[in-house]
Amino acid sequence: MADAATQGQTAGDTPLLRFEGIGKRFGPVVAVEAFTLDIGQGEFFALLGPSGCGKTTLLRMLAGFETPSEGRILLDGDDIVAVPPHRRPVNMMFQSYALFPHLSVAGNIAFGLRQEKAGKAEIAERVTEMLALVRMPDFGRRRVDQLSGGQRQRVALARALIKRPRVLLLDEPMAALDKKLRAETQFELMELQRKLGTTFVIVTHDQDEAMIVADRIAVMEHGRLAQVAAPSEIYERPNSRWVADFIGEVTLIEGMLADGAIETGLGRFRAAIPSGGKKRDTAWLALRPEKLRIDAQRPTGGELNAVAGTVFEIGYRGDMSIYKVRLADRSLMKVALANTSARGQASFGIDDLVWLSWPPEAGWVLTR
Amino acid sequence: MSMGAKKGRRLGSTRLVLLIPYLWLALFFLAPFLIVLKISLSQTAIAQPPYVPALDWVAGWAGLRDFVAALSTDNYALLGSDWLYLVSYLKSLQVAAVSTAILLMIGYPIAYGIARLPRRLQPILVMLVILPFWTSFLIRVYAWINILQRDGLLNDVLMRLRVVDQPVAWLSSDAAIYIGMVYSYLPFMVLPLYATLEKVDETLLEAAADLGCPRWKTFWLVTLPLSLPGLAAGALLCFIPITGEFVIPDLLGGSDSMMIGQTLWMEFFANKDWPVASAIAVALLGLLLVPMLFYERLQQRSLEGGR
Amino acid sequence: MGRKTSAFNVVSVALGLAFLYLPIVILVIYSFNGSRLVTVWGGWSLTWYRALLSDRAMIDAAWASLRIAALSASAATVLGTCAAIALTRMGRFRGRLLFSGMVYAPLVMPEVITGLSVLLLFVALDVDRGFWTISIAHTTLTLCFVTVIVQSRLISFDRSLEEAAMDLGCPPLKTFLTITLPLIAPAIAAGWMLAFSLSLDDLVIASFTTGPGATTLPIRIYSEVRLGVKPEINAVCTIMIAIVALGTVASSLLAKRGAMRRERAALSAQM
Repeated sequence: MADAATQGQTAGDTPLLRFEGIGKRFGPVVAVEAFTLDIGQGEFFALLGPSGCGKTTLLRMLAGFETPSEGRILLDGDDIVAVPPHRRPVNMMFQSYALFPHLSVAGNIAFGLRQEKAGKAEIAERVTEMLALVRMPDFGRRRVDQLSGGQRQRVALARALIKRPRVLLLDEPMAALDKKLRAETQFELMELQRKLGTTFVIVTHDQDEAMIVADRIAVMEHGRLAQVAAPSEIYERPNSRWVADFIGEVTLIEGMLADGAIETGLGRFRAAIPSGGKKRDTAWLALRPEKLRIDAQRPTGGELNAVAGTVFEIGYRGDMSIYKVRLADRSLMKVALANTSARGQASFGIDDLVWLSWPPEAGWVLTR
Repeated sequence: MSMGAKKGRRLGSTRLVLLIPYLWLALFFLAPFLIVLKISLSQTAIAQPPYVPALDWVAGWAGLRDFVAALSTDNYALLGSDWLYLVSYLKSLQVAAVSTAILLMIGYPIAYGIARLPRRLQPILVMLVILPFWTSFLIRVYAWINILQRDGLLNDVLMRLRVVDQPVAWLSSDAAIYIGMVYSYLPFMVLPLYATLEKVDETLLEAAADLGCPRWKTFWLVTLPLSLPGLAAGALLCFIPITGEFVIPDLLGGSDSMMIGQTLWMEFFANKDWPVASAIAVALLGLLLVPMLFYERLQQRSLEGGR
Repeated sequence: MGRKTSAFNVVSVALGLAFLYLPIVILVIYSFNGSRLVTVWGGWSLTWYRALLSDRAMIDAAWASLRIAALSASAATVLGTCAAIALTRMGRFRGRLLFSGMVYAPLVMPEVITGLSVLLLFVALDVDRGFWTISIAHTTLTLCFVTVIVQSRLISFDRSLEEAAMDLGCPPLKTFLTITLPLIAPAIAAGWMLAFSLSLDDLVIASFTTGPGATTLPIRIYSEVRLGVKPEINAVCTIMIAIVALGTVASSLLAKRGAMRRERAALSAQM
């Protein structure tokens, strides 16, 4: 797993944060297993996976609310596993925000500094600064239950940032916001992170969110690290069928490796063969819907791969239409077509005979 | 799960939080039962305290052996052979069973009614059901004496309406006991029932109706089964204490047959027979052990399972 | 969204409440009856309240009851809150089954058994019976009620609030004192009030554990009532009912004011 962990590493020298062979069991249930990962200073890092994959457990171990069953967590090279939560230089923004209902907005934000026994003047100054940072300068004296969902989220963020943590942990920070607000907040969060230069570690199950905000993403599956890389790499060059399928839409065609191509029941398709792949190994060709062309005639062009089928279903999505095309082996292939014409009428109808084609570099061959 | 367990610093104060109530309950709740058990195996004596043997701690092992040898089960033999005790046990069970049945029949419609009334009224109605519980139990029983006594209000009304032409002796009868029990324990029946009925999702009833189930049948097939935990809790919350009730039968009931709580009281205060009183208590506890364990399981499940 | 409320529902609730309140109302009315006889209305009068003022024994008993109730409710609140914390926060400790058994059992235990057994303990320990023994017995009885109330609040408590405090550098014990305790305070107060009223109310356990010079109000009332209806007792009862009613109205008004403030706040947040 060590090579996967360092893959796509952006920060060069000693990592800020290192998970070393972390495992966590709750009774017989294995939540996290053999997890090794480095996170660099100043990164916006996302832990992404379906619910129950262990990403929240990992975050809670980082904050100190859970103790790993095995392994070490190094912060600036020091093992912090034995350090209780209130002595760790990391702060967390909770999914429920966990704002103290009996304290005012300013009281909530000041809470962390009060624990350090900071002076009154310093606290007041820093609170004002934080309120300005999250663009709520006049809200200090409000009660928490007087705030809207978006405002609460900002207060929670300010509260977690006031101690200038080495790492800010965000547990599904936007799960409680509606779609439009979420999109705005994502960009605000990125701006904030650039401005402060603090390392952010976000846990999310929303792949779009992870792709938008993060510099690097660790995809988790059943407590294990499936892949860690920059968002574009994870999307374009997933390392397994599971990751390819979890991130975005994909059509997978099973076949056998051949010379510069993959041999499938639908024909022989040219593609780049992964290094170390042996001939006649089972492999899968992964095709993203937006990378395919759809035509009424077989397209010409020496290098192009092509396959024929009939239109089975059309899903209109506004900006694009998703076509499901039934191929000769009765499997379905998804194709996305941008709706560029003004009228938005479909170019093809159900049961039309069509040709799907793609250049060799548009497909990605997976061996597991 | 517990954070405290791992961190040495917190262990001390956390321990104390458990230890103090634990020791208190062990000393003032558990230990007394062992003493009751011991005294129930002793003999009455004209002494202070009025029973033998007394455990002689100073004599050590030999003292303990003498003590055990002197214990007897005579008191229990007496409970089994004397009709007085058997009758009062049976009477207690009968009163508890009949009262609980009446409470169910009266309490269910009330709880159901509250749960069906508009949401904003419900907290007020619940408050109104709880309120009498905050006034003294004794006062509530006493209030009925005003009504039930020979020249009381009930006879007055009945005679004015010419339902009866002689005053009826309501007081000192089983009827008065049942009235007192039902009156005093009604909140204990209504509240747990309401708590479960209120949680029954309205859409479940609509779904049943949508699938062609008439209203009365929906009640039998959906509402009633879903309210069973509350029904069991309410019934046990009434049945168990009623069995050992003292005040209500003493003030409202007659002197012809006593409930077991009264018998215990009489043996203790009037006859000063502490060993027999203890034996009665142990036997009563044995009788109630199964329903009490059942209730504890319900209680634990509702408090701890609801996470 | 209309909930279907039938006439049957309304009638059963109305009859139920009438059944619960009629005897109390009658008792209150008769406490103002000028006549000694229940069936004869002798006009409105404060005779029985005046008689009460000169009843030294009754006033002493009331005072003793109030002191015992205040002391035992306070002790029960501390012990019961500790027990609730232990039961919700300490997971599976050794002896948990016995502990939870001891906590829940007094809720349904017939009072004659509790009273007899705790008295026999005091006899075995050779303790003088009176104010202190009643207080201890009442603490034991009422702490379970406090535990149940506080426990149900703790179970619905959002643990992430405590985690947030610790995450921001607050040590565990301080977290409990500054975050948890203020937030569960209403439940603790409710527990205290229930314990207080249960202690004030108890006849059976007090009768067993009392000694010379420690007559509580229920013991006093009981000894009078056994001899039949006395109008003075109506007056005592009315005063007690008035106190409870005032306390309830006051606390519900306070709660309502809090709720209204919250509602207004929520409205202003939307604007």
